[in-house]
Amino acid sequence: MSILVNQHTKVICQGFTGKQGSFHSEQAIAYGTQMVGGVTPGKGGQTHLNLPVFNTVRDAVRQTGAQATMIYVPAAFAADSILEAANAGIEVIVCITEGIPVLDMLNVKAALRANGARLIGPNCPGIITSGECKIGIMPGAIHQKGKIGIVSRSGTLTYEAVYQTSQLGLGQSTCVGIGGDPIKGLDFIDCLQMFEADPQTEAVILVGEIGGSREEEAAEYIRSNMKKPVAAYIAGRTAPKGKRMGHAGAIIAGGAGTADAKIRALEAAGVVIAQSPAGLGEAVQAALAAR
Amino acid sequence: MNLHEYQAKQILRSGNITTPRGIAAASVDAAVAAAVELGGMAWVVKAQIHAGGRGKVGGVKVVKSLDDVRAMATSLLGTLLVTNQNAPDGQPVNQLLVEETLPIARELYLSLLVDRETERVAIVASAAGGMDIEEVAHATPEKVLTEICDPLLGVQDFQCRALAFALELTGEAYKDFCRLLPALYRVFMANDLSLLEINPLIVTSDNRVLPLDCKMSIEDNALYRHKDLAALRDDSQIDAKEAAANAANVNYVALTGNIGCMVNGAGLAMATMDLIQLEGGTPANFLDVGGGATPETVAQGFKIILLDPNVRAVLINIFGGIVRCDVIAEGIIQAVKEVGVKVPVIVRLEGTNAELGRTLLAESGLAILAAESLTQAAKLAVEKAQ
Repeated sequence: MSILVNQHTKVICQGFTGKQGSFHSEQAIAYGTQMVGGVTPGKGGQTHLNLPVFNTVRDAVRQTGAQATMIYVPAAFAADSILEAANAGIEVIVCITEGIPVLDMLNVKAALRANGARLIGPNCPGIITSGECKIGIMPGAIHQKGKIGIVSRSGTLTYEAVYQTSQLGLGQSTCVGIGGDPIKGLDFIDCLQMFEADPQTEAVILVGEIGGSREEEAAEYIRSNMKKPVAAYIAGRTAPKGKRMGHAGAIIAGGAGTADAKIRALEAAGVVIAQSPAGLGEAVQAALAAR
Repeated sequence: MNLHEYQAKQILRSGNITTPRGIAAASVDAAVAAAVELGGMAWVVKAQIHAGGRGKVGGVKVVKSLDDVRAMATSLLGTLLVTNQNAPDGQPVNQLLVEETLPIARELYLSLLVDRETERVAIVASAAGGMDIEEVAHATPEKVLTEICDPLLGVQDFQCRALAFALELTGEAYKDFCRLLPALYRVFMANDLSLLEINPLIVTSDNRVLPLDCKMSIEDNALYRHKDLAALRDDSQIDAKEAAANAANVNYVALTGNIGCMVNGAGLAMATMDLIQLEGGTPANFLDVGGGATPETVAQGFKIILLDPNVRAVLINIFGGIVRCDVIAEGIIQAVKEVGVKVPVIVRLEGTNAELGRTLLAESGLAILAAESLTQAAKLAVEKAQ
């Protein structure tokens, strides 16, 4: 078991024939992901990476039975690509693209609420179920099938968590990079809920950062709903107020969304806090041992 | 991207919103000419900088003669204005806004912003205008009114009425406010704003409602579809190093410490700063070279970090995923040679081909220290910066 995607998930790529789409589709195929085709408007009927290219997501779904998509479309067109995928009945939409205007995402989220499709991202590394299905830009080689679920707002910090849990022999069930934008698809609580229900997952690592209050909400959820141990790291203790730290969503606005407030909330919920990103693996090990 | 008040008011006017009459001026003579053109017996001269708190430090004044306009313009133009919001550095005053004065009966607060909790545009209003809204929200949260807009429908009449009643507006002021709000919403959406703040929104003694000040921020990600707005960028208002980083498309934030950082990924970059502090040092900057770092971005990063004279050591922290560590190591070696780095460089490479990368660095003959772990890298950097 795992969450959201596994070896049976049929995946397409939007922006398939582009540079990014091609490169990461090749990587996904090499990892063993069940890629069934891709979409590039105007190139329907061609073959790319030995897979069929379609003009529309609707065509791709009809002919391949695709259930998930990864989107490598430029920011100006990515919101439309998400909506196209949702409209075609794709269940898991992974949008890697960084820089989608927030007002576009506002509309996308309103449309998705009515549609029911699950969006991961945008501005994220994607999702991977170790040893089964890689949808995104994460390095597959550092992953190892195992028992830790990982949910993170940061790409490279996810890799740190993966690397350390692999080194310790714990391995990962599924890793979800939910992305660094202020308005995004799946959030911490959605993933925590799925990890709690997933038999393969024995403990969860949560990686948060400054900005917003989703970590605090996650803490409340963990306190009242989770039996599995959770370890966490929150980036940005030294970040100045009012400055955007790389990610569109990483900003302490009006004194709210500080790392310290998030850490306090998580600690109060019994979460083991890693003081340094180098301590993520040990923190989850400690959380497991405490049970 | 922030706009100046005079630019923001121009955008309001193109959205059919009445503002005080005013003219921007970049020279003393232009300021006097602006006052003459506006006419009347008194004017407000307002320093144009990307920060609030101007009034408290003499950046906004009512003057009652053309001589005083001249004196005020002379004393402000070309100076650095330091307010409680941009201290200690301050920002240069290159433009003034000369406006007509209006008889003020009440000062209200009004803003539109993207609320990430509800994932909608929120309208925030308060009868306590002219003050810092965050302080008002903290001390007297009941005085802050919020309406959340449905993205499908925009701001609705009932929401305008609710706010107008709560702000105790009557007669013409009530009508003005109910017309103003949908117009502001249209301006917000049409220009991809992330913040539109009017503080104060005034009620005049003849009961009309007008924006006396206006702060606008345009969402950077949307600038590609607003070429006209992108042209309003004023780099004189931001840190020179940050401006250079913007031009090079590098995510950089200047800080006050002495350890320069270069990291791939925003989260890891913040984590690296935190780790430096945990080890007793202070970071000089935040710099994210992107999840997929390349030799070119590494060289670019070095150049920007070294613009800061406070930097005593540089810590490079790269988790090589898709990009191999040996490629990054070569990039670092090349950049150190090319840029002529004179401070100690500490490098932590992890991930694909990390071992090979470390070997390349060790054999380069340059003053590059390859750390074995993240913690050791931070310790080394703190030690070398002392």
